[in-house]
Amino acid sequence: MYNFDVEKPTSIADAVAALGREEAQPMSGGQTLIPTLKARLAMPSVLVSLRGIDEMQGICTDDQGRLCIGGGTLHAVVAKEAAAQYPALAGLAARIGDPAVRNRGTIGGSVANNDPSACYPSAVLASGATVVTNAREIAADDFFEGMFATALEEGEIVTEVKFPIPEKAHYEKFIQPASRFPLVAVFVAKFGDGVRVAVTGASEDGVFRWTDAEAALSSNFDAGAIEGLTVDGSGMISDLHGSGDYRAHLVGVMTKRAVAALS
Amino acid sequence: MTQVKMTVNGKPASGEVEGRTLLASFLRENLNLTGTHVGCDTSQCGACVVHVDGEAVKACTMLAVEAEGADVKTIEAMANADGSLSVIQQAFQDHHGLQCGFCTPGMVMSASALLKDNPKPTEDEVRHYLDGNICRCTGYHNIVKAIMAASGQDVSALAAE
Repeated sequence: MYNFDVEKPTSIADAVAALGREEAQPMSGGQTLIPTLKARLAMPSVLVSLRGIDEMQGICTDDQGRLCIGGGTLHAVVAKEAAAQYPALAGLAARIGDPAVRNRGTIGGSVANNDPSACYPSAVLASGATVVTNAREIAADDFFEGMFATALEEGEIVTEVKFPIPEKAHYEKFIQPASRFPLVAVFVAKFGDGVRVAVTGASEDGVFRWTDAEAALSSNFDAGAIEGLTVDGSGMISDLHGSGDYRAHLVGVMTKRAVAALS
Repeated sequence: MTQVKMTVNGKPASGEVEGRTLLASFLRENLNLTGTHVGCDTSQCGACVVHVDGEAVKACTMLAVEAEGADVKTIEAMANADGSLSVIQQAFQDHHGLQCGFCTPGMVMSASALLKDNPKPTEDEVRHYLDGNICRCTGYHNIVKAIMAASGQDVSALAAE
């Protein structure tokens, strides 16, 4: 790692101010960023740790019934504390990485990084969640902009994510056992007014909604409803773990499994 | 350089570190607590697992300055006060849960974190909890067996080799 200064603000306002320094980089749990720094793929001169900001911690419910999770909330905390209200989301958090990673990694870090194979973006998109930053609120549909790309501006941090709670939901993850990331994973969320299906791990453009499956499942919520629907393998991630066509096939299989688990 | 202070194994510890100094490096190089091993340095292998404020974390993927004020526990504090092995450590010895021993500090720290939250885990729960701890010697059977035994469960029917 190249060396850097570390700032440890205790409020969102102080964090935003610290991020105004030249070549400053926010760090939440660091479970992706520290390995990235070790590989010298980033060389910030100032690292702004977001871990000491109490107002970004914890889980509550707002007056619209949404589950509001502070950006600095650990995966391990979501796994435990969201279990009663939103079990599919808690189950997702409980299977990110490994226990030690879940004791450091945060939802805000995962969402802001938007790794094309990360778990959380699929839940945020399928739930139609709202990403709250220090400056504004961004709908999930407008937030994710491609591989490692989001609507966040320079120096803008994810302070909270607000999840509408679906009638039922399921996260089906086909794990890549070495990295523990999904090779492909699908989050299916059934609301009163329709079904949303978000896919991670598959596309070169990162997390996406499978709108054909959403339409089919919204009129008939049964695994059979998506029989015959396919996803185009071009534009899918292709690597030593699986070709684009294989991933495209898995999208269908994971979606069917998720729906079957809810039927 | 920054002055960092924390409690390590029940005693105050402090030192001068750079921003980039990892908690694992601080423990090993500043405090000479070399029981915390660094295997992969990419947060895959879990040999560096320590407890920070009671929770298992990978010391190679946390900065020393982030542990400011924290209560850190390493493998050096796992034995009983009289120097005898803890229940988990003794179970690793009894059930041949190690060969070369490189991964063992992380295994013991992870096992201890598991049993704190889940005193009677199933075999499946033990195996899943060890997702982030890699052993290249034993094939895991005896590690799992040792942890099950340390939890006071009958392990006579578990696979072993």
